[in-house]
Amino acid sequence: MPSEKVTKEEAAPKEKKTAIAHKLATKQQEISVTEFFEKNKQILGFDSRSKSLLMGIKEAVDNSLDACEEAGIPPEVSVSIERLNEEDYRIRITDNGPGIVHKMMPNVFGRLLYGSRFHALRQSRGQQGIGISATVMYGNITTGKPAHVISKIEGDDEVAWEMDIVIDTKTNRPIVTNDRAFTWEGVEHGTSIEYTIKGRYVTGKQSVFEYLKNTAIVNPHAQISFTDPDGTKTVFERATDIMPPKPKEIKPHPEGMEIGDVLKYSQNSQQKTVKAFLKNDFSRITDRLATEIVEKSKVNGEKKPEKITREDAIAILEAIKTCKIMAPPTDCLSPIGDTLIKKGLMHVLDGLRPEYYATPVTRSPKAVNGNPFVVEAGIVYGGDIPSDGQVQILRFANRVPLLYQQGACAVTKAISEMDWRRYGLEQRGGKGIPYGPAIILVHVASTKVPFTSEGKEAVASFPELQSEIGLALRLCARNLKSHLNKMERKKKTHAKFEIVQEILPDMAQKAAEHLNRPVPNLDMTITRIMNVVWVEPKVKKENKKLRTITYTVYNYTTLPRSLMLHAQLPKEAVNLSLFSHQYFVDMNEEGKVNWEIKDLEPSKSTTISFELIGDMADTFDADDIFFSGLNPAMVMGADGLPGDWGIKGMEITQTDEADFVEEEEEETVEVEDLGDE
Amino acid sequence: MATNERQQLALDSLTGVVEGIYNQLDGGEIPSMGLPQRSKRNIEFDPHHNVWKYGDLQTARSAKTVNGAVMMLRTVYTADFINEMIRDNKSSTLREMYYISEGWKNAKFHSQDESNLLAEDLETITKCMREDFKLRPEESGAHVYGDVNFTTQTKKGMKTLNCIDDVSEAGFAVPYKVENDTFQIDPGNAKFVMAIETGGMFARLIENGFPEKHDCILIHLAGQPARSTRRLIKRLNEEYNLPVTVFTDGDPWSFRIYASVAYGAIKTAHISEYLATPTAQFIGITASDILNYNLPTDKLNDKDIGALNAELSDPRFKDEYWVNEIQAMLSMKKKSEQQALAKYGLDFVTDNYLPEKLTDMGIL
Repeated sequence: MPSEKVTKEEAAPKEKKTAIAHKLATKQQEISVTEFFEKNKQILGFDSRSKSLLMGIKEAVDNSLDACEEAGIPPEVSVSIERLNEEDYRIRITDNGPGIVHKMMPNVFGRLLYGSRFHALRQSRGQQGIGISATVMYGNITTGKPAHVISKIEGDDEVAWEMDIVIDTKTNRPIVTNDRAFTWEGVEHGTSIEYTIKGRYVTGKQSVFEYLKNTAIVNPHAQISFTDPDGTKTVFERATDIMPPKPKEIKPHPEGMEIGDVLKYSQNSQQKTVKAFLKNDFSRITDRLATEIVEKSKVNGEKKPEKITREDAIAILEAIKTCKIMAPPTDCLSPIGDTLIKKGLMHVLDGLRPEYYATPVTRSPKAVNGNPFVVEAGIVYGGDIPSDGQVQILRFANRVPLLYQQGACAVTKAISEMDWRRYGLEQRGGKGIPYGPAIILVHVASTKVPFTSEGKEAVASFPELQSEIGLALRLCARNLKSHLNKMERKKKTHAKFEIVQEILPDMAQKAAEHLNRPVPNLDMTITRIMNVVWVEPKVKKENKKLRTITYTVYNYTTLPRSLMLHAQLPKEAVNLSLFSHQYFVDMNEEGKVNWEIKDLEPSKSTTISFELIGDMADTFDADDIFFSGLNPAMVMGADGLPGDWGIKGMEITQTDEADFVEEEEEETVEVEDLGDE
Repeated sequence: MATNERQQLALDSLTGVVEGIYNQLDGGEIPSMGLPQRSKRNIEFDPHHNVWKYGDLQTARSAKTVNGAVMMLRTVYTADFINEMIRDNKSSTLREMYYISEGWKNAKFHSQDESNLLAEDLETITKCMREDFKLRPEESGAHVYGDVNFTTQTKKGMKTLNCIDDVSEAGFAVPYKVENDTFQIDPGNAKFVMAIETGGMFARLIENGFPEKHDCILIHLAGQPARSTRRLIKRLNEEYNLPVTVFTDGDPWSFRIYASVAYGAIKTAHISEYLATPTAQFIGITASDILNYNLPTDKLNDKDIGALNAELSDPRFKDEYWVNEIQAMLSMKKKSEQQALAKYGLDFVTDNYLPEKLTDMGIL
């Protein structure tokens, strides 16, 4: 991390003989942070024209989303790019955030490393306040044009302010012109920034469009609209009204601290003594621990924190290493959650009509070196997702898409080290990025995401993170595999359906015609062929927010059958149609529903039907239907109730399974190369 | 048996098959039928006819599977279709049947292989011939040249044609049905029959005047011979005692052409006694010809080697002669074409090679 000022000052004056040094000293001067970054743009990710264009937007959008969430406002962010000439672009990002008070506007947009976040520990998108001002500066440098900023805060007597800002690279101070108040028509609060930048607009994997699309996936509570240089407007609608919980700030955890951190924190501490500093300014340090650290480090626990020396800091860190300190609290993290990941994926990827959204996995938080982190993963499979290439990997850190340096990222490493062949994807030699019609999503959230560089493009790998990503992916992949198995079974079921519903009746009809006899009754033959209780799900999309789910249960066996069906429904989406159905038994807090069908006669069918309404209606997969009370070999179209469901199903009572024979081998016709025609 | 009798028999057996399916459905059973397994594992030598026929291995076809159910549905539709054709005195090609099935919904054939397969199935179940069902192949492609007279059904009634005087140099085109009721044979002075694989060699022998000089009936097989071609060869041999020789390229695929003429093809093993000519002799090109005549060769490719190895496990090739030939070819890893004989001039085949070989066989 860069320190706030990089200086090249000569030390104390020396003897008169060293006149050359004095001469040099006159030429040497303080270099401001701004100037330092101007010369090292690539550190911030402004290293190519196309990337510069993206980085600016990324910083602005990240800030907008952070600000909205902090204020509890459902975000509405719009981005537009206008091509002025071959390489000059005018970019505008507008949000409906809380706004920025007038006097702070120049600092927020015109001073590098400004902002409250630098010392705060919590999950946020921009983990340093360097981004947006770097963008403003980059625009200034490349086009000579100021950034135009508008902001209005909430309140009836507040007005909007607008101003032009350039950054004085020598002093890292904003230069403001055209500062004026005005009435921002129809806007209650929000911020807008417009800047001109030299860039290159590209499409594809590392484009602004891709970035915004991916952002919409992991931020289903945000509405994001985008107008590209051709004037085409795309709106990623909000997929849910549920806001993510506000990330909590936590105090730094003593593990993983460095000498510089101890010194920095001690200088800024409000505490009166070293002991109080240790106890109150860090998480998980109790009174007893603070005493232990002070004793072990032999630092005077009663002196003022700002008096902590370099040697003291080293001693304190050594002492901390020998103490047993609880891992940091993890409730400061706000994972997206399985439901909302699925929701986001469905909302944005619907155009690809994926065949399956594997139930996303959110691992429980872990902590390493004093930093809590949590890993989430999701897999989307089939449909129009291209099947001939490598799978697409969507990487996210604190809800921000990572588009560059895929190869260097811990996520890619974890994916490559897994044997995906076991889960139904192709992979050469069981290593590397798998092939097939799939999109793999991984989200890493942390109070301090370990990036490989300041450009925040790839997550650095360490064993605990690697293993968490692996576990999350495996769980998800298992869901995918069981889906693929289910589809395979379904294909078989449908083959039987075709036989009994179409082929046999046709055969009976035609044979009867040929022989001039009455058409035979097929019930018995059909029962013999099927030899199962068959559950057929059907989903009717009434409108965007209303689904009717119907399960038809056929008894294609020779005896009356009783069984229970079970499904986990999104609780907030059910209505009276569920509870009032004749087979409905109950629903628990998790939304797990039980139905019971009694004595369904042979060759007869019945239906269970209910509505799902609202935002969550489309998150239920009708194929996720389970049964109990019958031998699993006797049921098609539903799975046996899993043992870990925590629901007591119906006992199997009937034991007439003697005639349930496994499928016979398909007739094989050997094709030989002896064609005689 | 007269044509209409055979057709009535065919119709009755087809109706019997449909009745079987109907009765199973009516009795609440799952329709099923047994078929001989059609693979080289299930062919046995029939000492009575001296040909290879299907053994006792059966495949069960059941309506429990989609494939089985669809095949049975097609059986019912096809029976109905054949019934109609016999009534209307029409016939159709296998390809036409494939297209007619467009209107059969679930019974529709998805490729012509499927309709061919079904036709063969019906033959094996009913023990009738496809020709009795009024189904015929596209065209045989086979031609005959030599001093032989065929009296055959034309649009203008029965006509007698001589296969030198009344035909072009391309020869007489063999019709799909060569049974005695519509196709009578007068072999004249012919001494023997020579079946030839390639059109090039067929034309060479005609140009060189070979059939006239040696009183030989030439039959161009055009690759794997069609049924009617094999049936014609069989009749020339069985009814008129003409020795049959087979002259092909020297490669594994040509060995199979000989096998299907002499022993019967696996696909049609249910009617081998009508089609196979067990006394047919193989002229060449043999593996030893390649060495003896120092013929130009090509290298065996992987498919060729696979085919040779498959032949070693084929019961039809299990005699000393063929095992030696196949192994000789495998060890030299080379194959040759019959037209490679042109290395020694265009007349070499008629002046030297064939007379030498035929004399060895005792035919000349």
